[in-house]
Amino acid sequence: MADPRPPAVALEGVAKRFGGVIALRGVSLTVAEGEFVCFLGPSGCGKTTLLRIVAGLEPQNAGIVRMAGRDVSRLPPSQRNYGIVFQSYALFPNLTVARNVAYGLETRRLGRARVEARVDELLDLVHLRPHKQRYPAQLSGGEQQRVALARALAPSPSLLLLDEPLSALDARVRLALRHEMKALQRRLGITTIMVTHDQEEALTMADRIVVMNHGVVEQIGAPADIYTEPSSLFVARFVGQMNLLPATAVQPGRARVGALTLRHRPAPGVGPGMAVTLGIRPEEVRVGAAARDLDNRLTARVVSVQFQGAFTRLALRGLGDGAVALECDVAATALADLGVKEGVEVPVALAPDALRAFVEPPGLHA
Amino acid sequence: MSVAVAVPERVVRRRVDAERVLRGALLGLFALFLWVFLAWPMAQIVWRSLLDNRGAFIGLGNYVRYVSTPAIGVSITNSLAVASVAMAVTVALAFVYAYALARARIPGRGLFRLVAMLPIFAPSLVSAIAFVYAFGNNGLVTRQTGFNVGIYGAKGIVLAEVFYCFPHAMLILMAALAAADARLYDAAAALGASRVKTFMTVTLPGVKYGLMSACFVVFTLVITDFGVPKVVGGKFSVMATEIYNQVIGQQNFTMGATVSVVLLIPAALACVIDRIVQRRQYALVSSSARPLAPGQGRLTNALLLGYCALLAAAILGIYAVIVGASLVTRWPYNFAPTLKHYRFDTIGGYTPLLNSMGVAALTAVVGTVITFAGAYLVEKSRTAAAGVLYMLALLPVAVPGMVLGLAYIFVFNAAGSVLNRLYGTLAILVISNLIHYFTVPFLTATTSLKQMDAEFENVSASLGVPFYRTFWRVTVPIALPSIVGISMYFFLNAMVTLSAVVFLVAPGTELAAVAVLLLDDAGESAQATAMSVLIIGIGLLARLVYWALLRGVTRRTQAWTTATQEPTSAA
Repeated sequence: MADPRPPAVALEGVAKRFGGVIALRGVSLTVAEGEFVCFLGPSGCGKTTLLRIVAGLEPQNAGIVRMAGRDVSRLPPSQRNYGIVFQSYALFPNLTVARNVAYGLETRRLGRARVEARVDELLDLVHLRPHKQRYPAQLSGGEQQRVALARALAPSPSLLLLDEPLSALDARVRLALRHEMKALQRRLGITTIMVTHDQEEALTMADRIVVMNHGVVEQIGAPADIYTEPSSLFVARFVGQMNLLPATAVQPGRARVGALTLRHRPAPGVGPGMAVTLGIRPEEVRVGAAARDLDNRLTARVVSVQFQGAFTRLALRGLGDGAVALECDVAATALADLGVKEGVEVPVALAPDALRAFVEPPGLHA
Repeated sequence: MSVAVAVPERVVRRRVDAERVLRGALLGLFALFLWVFLAWPMAQIVWRSLLDNRGAFIGLGNYVRYVSTPAIGVSITNSLAVASVAMAVTVALAFVYAYALARARIPGRGLFRLVAMLPIFAPSLVSAIAFVYAFGNNGLVTRQTGFNVGIYGAKGIVLAEVFYCFPHAMLILMAALAAADARLYDAAAALGASRVKTFMTVTLPGVKYGLMSACFVVFTLVITDFGVPKVVGGKFSVMATEIYNQVIGQQNFTMGATVSVVLLIPAALACVIDRIVQRRQYALVSSSARPLAPGQGRLTNALLLGYCALLAAAILGIYAVIVGASLVTRWPYNFAPTLKHYRFDTIGGYTPLLNSMGVAALTAVVGTVITFAGAYLVEKSRTAAAGVLYMLALLPVAVPGMVLGLAYIFVFNAAGSVLNRLYGTLAILVISNLIHYFTVPFLTATTSLKQMDAEFENVSASLGVPFYRTFWRVTVPIALPSIVGISMYFFLNAMVTLSAVVFLVAPGTELAAVAVLLLDDAGESAQATAMSVLIIGIGLLARLVYWALLRGVTRRTQAWTTATQEPTSAA
């Protein structure tokens, strides 16, 4: 192999079917050493199945799974060297926190003192040392999940797999644990794959996101790239929010929406006459004074004003022919200057470098 | 980005490792056990029913003879008639009793429940013997009143079976009545429905599956029971006694097999329907249901209390007759107290009782290990083969004891077979009990396994811990309440069972329940009652031990659990 350090995990054409249903249609990707990768997608997209195939808990119908260059496709889970945390925690209820964490160490003939030391070390890491002698049922959900994490990390695996680890927790705990887990992963430098359906979780935690849909990988990239440069309409709608306008291409970089002709980002593969969908994120829509002197300008009426805390969402409807519906986020600090209320008319601008064009009708992934 | 690929039907095969080999081997052992002791004997009995007594194949000839010979064919209609009547009476009586305990505010509910459970601790024929003592030609009541009710025949069978089946029906109906949703009653009251209307539109529909289940269980118990009709049936022949007569009385094994196969049909049918009905019952109870607080009008409470007292007195009366008859010199002529019946001089002392206790203890230990480990292996390996084993494990509940016993004669008393060595040993008695009572413990174990997190095994595998270690350190401790319940179920049933083992006991391996039958047959009914008293006493003692064990287990596991799983069905 040319690269002296092979990727921590490499999947080549992994496919899976459950009877007549095809769950994965040939997925290939790599995860670098020390990287935090999220499999993101709606339920039923195949992300959990893919994780279970990596873990060896589910046999694939085709494809190869490599770990650090070693083909593990046919190895049982116990010979793959990873730690796993499930959504349900799967803590052993009859064992104390300490015994749970020690569970994977006890079969390794380490000697009691070394096992004890390692358990303490891990419980310190997740700040649960005082709860050592408690049983899982006596801990909160977030604490239980941290025990599960410590248990998975105890035998020092080279890979950490997280299957929707935060989904069963309340919103507040989830947020705190998100940061804690990410910091822990950084500190240990352990290669991590996390499955989630929560785009916010993926955006804040991952080094790279694998967006999946219907058993295929839609896009792989850093969170910022996925957000700003979605490669498909599906990704655009699943990650963040986006206004979508059905349009017809007229010439490179220009498309018509009703009576309006709008300039958009250069989009390869778009030819004149083609049906396209234009997309712009709510926070990229400019209104009021900020829209003056910009390209792609139109006038719209404020249909509703929705206070959402840090920002306010305006529902707008363009005036005249081809009345486009838009949503627009205005920061709380800018709202006062704008002086909008329901019914008033405001100038709106859709900056051309924020307006993306997709060669798909908007209803495709509804 | 979507890539068109053909996904093959077959999965990539795992490399074989020691754990998989062990798992496969254990599953294979379990399959072998069910094959040798269940599937093969059942196949044998069907095959034998198609042969004549010299071993020549005659197709359905035996069946034609069975239904066309009035002397033996009448056992079919007799069985169905007795089972239907006993079913109707038992369920009606048990429903009111269960309703009183679950829905009314009457004092001493715990005591009433306990008394109603008593018949479970005795072999079925004990109730028949008691009825003979009370209403027989020389019965106490008959002599006192001078009125002979004619206990021998259908009347006596129905009476004794009602007594014997009462606790089974009551337990099912209690569970169904206890699972009520108070919100429905609040709604009915808010809509101004009368008590009668509420009962008809809320209470009855809520327990209809419980009622159906109770009906099927009682029907199956009665139609497969051998002890009661043997003692009190007289000339009234039912299928279970007909099998015995054909095999023991006339050495006509093929006709015995034929009657057995016919008896399988209603028993199996009732079991299948019962399983379907039970599944519906569970679906009926919503998790958000609010439990109903017991309470009735004053008059209703008083009436229900009177009813329960009457029935409890009847049950206690029957028991009093048994205990009394065993302690007096000669019922009903000489009431001088004596312990001489407890010497069992005609059957050589206490060997049968000790045998029974040994067999019951072994059945409890071995049965618990096999059912729990078997349920674990089947539940955790989701393969087609495991599915077949699951279905096979459900089969025994539909096999009447007489049929199983006869099947074992065919398999284990065949000349030149290696399995022949088991014949006449205590081992064959243990095995027949294991199979006879296999299904309920197997399902109890499966249920408690299903309640555990399915990822336990996956977590262990990822940590490099072999499955058997996790089984021992996690699965077994969590399931301990169920395991204790399973072993008690095996023990109590093995103590009182008669039907399968009546064909399998041999000199030296006599059992207590069979001794009761033989003593009664030989006219030594006082000794029969003495033996019954001892069987009941041991059963009650075992139940006490069970309670103590369960309390100990609960206390030990209190730290890590709030709810303990009670076994779904244990005597």
